[in-house]
Amino acid sequence: MNNVFQLVWLIPMLPLAGFLINGLGRKHLSKTMAGIIGSGVIFIAFLLSLYVFFSVKNGNTDVAHYFDFINIPALKIGFDLQVDQLTSIFLLIITGVGFLIHVYSTAYMHDEEPKDFAKYFSFLNLFVFSMLLLVLGGNYVILFMGWEGVGLCSYLLIGFWFKNTNYNNAARKAFIMNRIGDLGFLLAIFWLVNKLGTVDFRDVFANVSKLSTFDITGITLLLFVGATGKSAQIPLYTWLPDAMAGPTPVSALIHAATMVTAGIYMIARSNILYTMAPVTQTVVAIVGLSTAILAATIALKQNDIKKVLAYSTVSQLGYMFLGLGVGAYTGAVFHVMTHAFFKALLFLGAGSVIHAMSGEQDMRNMGGLKKYMRITHLTFLLGCLAIAGIPPFAGFFSKDEILGAAFAKNPLYYGIGVAGAMMTAFYMFRLYAMTFLGKFRGTIEQEHHLHESPRAMTIPLIVLAILAVIGGWIGIPEIFVHGGHKLEAFLDPVFAQGNAITVKNELAHNTEYMLMVISVALALVALLYAWKKFSAYQKAEKEEAGLGKVLENKWYVDELYDAIIVKPLRSIATYLNNVVEKKGIDGMVNGVGKAVNYSSRQIRLLQSGQVGTYVLLMVIGILVLFIVQLFL
Amino acid sequence: MEIRYYISLAVALFCIGIIGVLTRRNAIIIFMCVELMLNAVNLLLVAFSKMHAATAMGKAFPGMVSDAQIFVFFIMVVAAAEVSVGLAIIVMMYRNTHSTDVNFLNRLKN
Amino acid sequence: MSITEILFWFLTALALGSAIMVITAKSPVHSVLALIVTFFAISGHYILLNAQFLAIVNIIVYAGAIMVLFLFVVMLMNLNAGSEPQKNRVLQFAGLISGGCLFLVMITALMKSDVVDKTVQMNDGDHGLINNLGKELFKNYLVPFEISSVLFLSAMIGAVVIGKKEKIEK
Repeated sequence: MNNVFQLVWLIPMLPLAGFLINGLGRKHLSKTMAGIIGSGVIFIAFLLSLYVFFSVKNGNTDVAHYFDFINIPALKIGFDLQVDQLTSIFLLIITGVGFLIHVYSTAYMHDEEPKDFAKYFSFLNLFVFSMLLLVLGGNYVILFMGWEGVGLCSYLLIGFWFKNTNYNNAARKAFIMNRIGDLGFLLAIFWLVNKLGTVDFRDVFANVSKLSTFDITGITLLLFVGATGKSAQIPLYTWLPDAMAGPTPVSALIHAATMVTAGIYMIARSNILYTMAPVTQTVVAIVGLSTAILAATIALKQNDIKKVLAYSTVSQLGYMFLGLGVGAYTGAVFHVMTHAFFKALLFLGAGSVIHAMSGEQDMRNMGGLKKYMRITHLTFLLGCLAIAGIPPFAGFFSKDEILGAAFAKNPLYYGIGVAGAMMTAFYMFRLYAMTFLGKFRGTIEQEHHLHESPRAMTIPLIVLAILAVIGGWIGIPEIFVHGGHKLEAFLDPVFAQGNAITVKNELAHNTEYMLMVISVALALVALLYAWKKFSAYQKAEKEEAGLGKVLENKWYVDELYDAIIVKPLRSIATYLNNVVEKKGIDGMVNGVGKAVNYSSRQIRLLQSGQVGTYVLLMVIGILVLFIVQLFL
Repeated sequence: MEIRYYISLAVALFCIGIIGVLTRRNAIIIFMCVELMLNAVNLLLVAFSKMHAATAMGKAFPGMVSDAQIFVFFIMVVAAAEVSVGLAIIVMMYRNTHSTDVNFLNRLKN
Repeated sequence: MSITEILFWFLTALALGSAIMVITAKSPVHSVLALIVTFFAISGHYILLNAQFLAIVNIIVYAGAIMVLFLFVVMLMNLNAGSEPQKNRVLQFAGLISGGCLFLVMITALMKSDVVDKTVQMNDGDHGLINNLGKELFKNYLVPFEISSVLFLSAMIGAVVIGKKEKIEK
């Protein structure tokens, strides 16, 4: 087993090396070199991840301890990398999808200056490094380091075109939202250290019975706050749609391979804690479900191609949290995986479309791209089918597993979840139809410019499309093929502890079939309706009214946050600045100065230079001393 | 005579000297008041020496009595030296300012 | 009332009266003359206390040398009654009050002390005679006595330097 662990550290170190080379040499490297280095390190990391995966598959899991990170009597935190089934799955997703996105980026970002190009790849590598560190970390602190690194990189990449103020604001928003969540995570770590004195996953999970219910609930809720920030759940989800400000491959990376899955990973990793805190599970499920629905409704009316995808990501993440909340950890991880495939595919496809449209992102100006971009069209269609949950595409299996588990927990969850799935199908095919079907609605110049993207972009699309089609087949439900759910069997050791406690409501096979049929049928209905309605879409001049307008404005959540959080904070800050700072603190400081000034000016009058006065004062002084000495 | 009369006399002279210093502006008068205060102290010393001379202790140690008077002698010596220097300063000051007003000497202020 | 007591009270009244004259006289010359009278009265007290040496020295050094020096300076400057500017009334009053307070405080302190009732040897005792003091001075206080000559020398040089420097500057 040792040979595996001699190599594991290379997986995060390679992207770090790529980051350093590209970052430091950005002024000297040519674009080709930067691209090769940036993609190459990820590719090698992917190969290593494959090796690790097969090694893990043979039951080879362990924690590699490299050096002591913090070593004080009360607390010992090692720089540990943990390799187990969950980690190896995430390693494959991150490096695999990440590699495809890197390759895609070499073409997509080709118009940038060489310096910016190399900078872009260095950020991308740093992003992958942080995410790998996150999933490899053997304790919460290492995880947190990766967690913070991911937040930083998202800031850097969303604000990559930093000359645009709006993009900078989006980057800042992402960073601040993440910080709010990170605070929760940090508090949870402190709580753990306080109660258990360790942050090692193995020690924490082994000693979990020592924690009181209150502690577990508190810790898990705080961890979940961290997850809502990172994985864009209510109430901290608004940064993710704004994160579209970054280059499209970055969006793909954030949405598919890295960043947003961090929250899922962390909760899946801490599954035993969550299983022991039913209150938190309910909270997670409800938050996930409401996020799924809310984001789906918003996505119905968005016209920006990337915004639709962004809200669909938020919605899909909501499903994953629903899965975590109802104890379907495998389902959640499964959905992370399939989602990584089709969401990366969709984003890259959207990037390809935007590339062809010379930066145009408004779907109302697209249409009929089918005949110009055959590969993009086909792969995009596959991605849409996958996310809509149509069998036998990947999304069907994972989503169905989550919904099945939700039904087992509470049929209401299932009902709402299916409604969300319907909306998913609807808005995805609205997107598809508006973009690829019908007549072209853009300007003539744009029409002349339309072209299929270069191979560096289409090949990743094809690979991802294949994965989006077959990716679900590793988790075929038990009722179709006995032993078909290979992923569950693979991940079982990780979730064994949690699953042992969970009360499993086994569904009858009939029920399960029925649920599948219902969800697929409803999704198909929504799909066909959207196809029909939007394939002949014409630009509507009139403004949306009523609910449509509310949806178009994203339920006014940004405005709501602005009104209930930002504005009061700002007014408090103004108040503090004007009153407390200027009058209180400044007043105190200046007051001391003024008092000294004033009193010294008064006392100075005593220093008249008149010898007589001095003598008089001297005599008075002597007098006082006499009186004190003699009578007091 | 009881010692209290002598002490009272010396204190009275001393305080007259102080009042003089405080109320007058002429440097020479102030200087004279200082001399008056010195003399008050001298008188007190002599009176105390004679008080001790009447006691048994004074008779046993005659040096104790004459010491005080030697002290007075030295005070006079120092006073004489002080006066010579002090008057020289006043004269110099008068030559510069054509006044002996101490308030002219408020250069200390700056 | 013995002749000594009569003399004591007479000299006391003379000393206080002329001392007050010193600080109230308008003309500096009058002040100087009043001070000389005060010194004579104090010398008289010394004689009453049988400190004859000090009485003589007091007359020679103070009344003779120092006061003549003062008189010289006053006359040299041609100071007269009108030449002295009056002090601020408030300051004068404050000085008077504080001086009076000091007097009261000291008298009160005196009344509380235990030496109050001790008597002073009058017209008797040979400690103050030049014979005894001279022996004492040249036996036990020889070094301070010689050092005082150095003091005089430095005072003399100081006076000359202060006077001379001015001339150079002019």
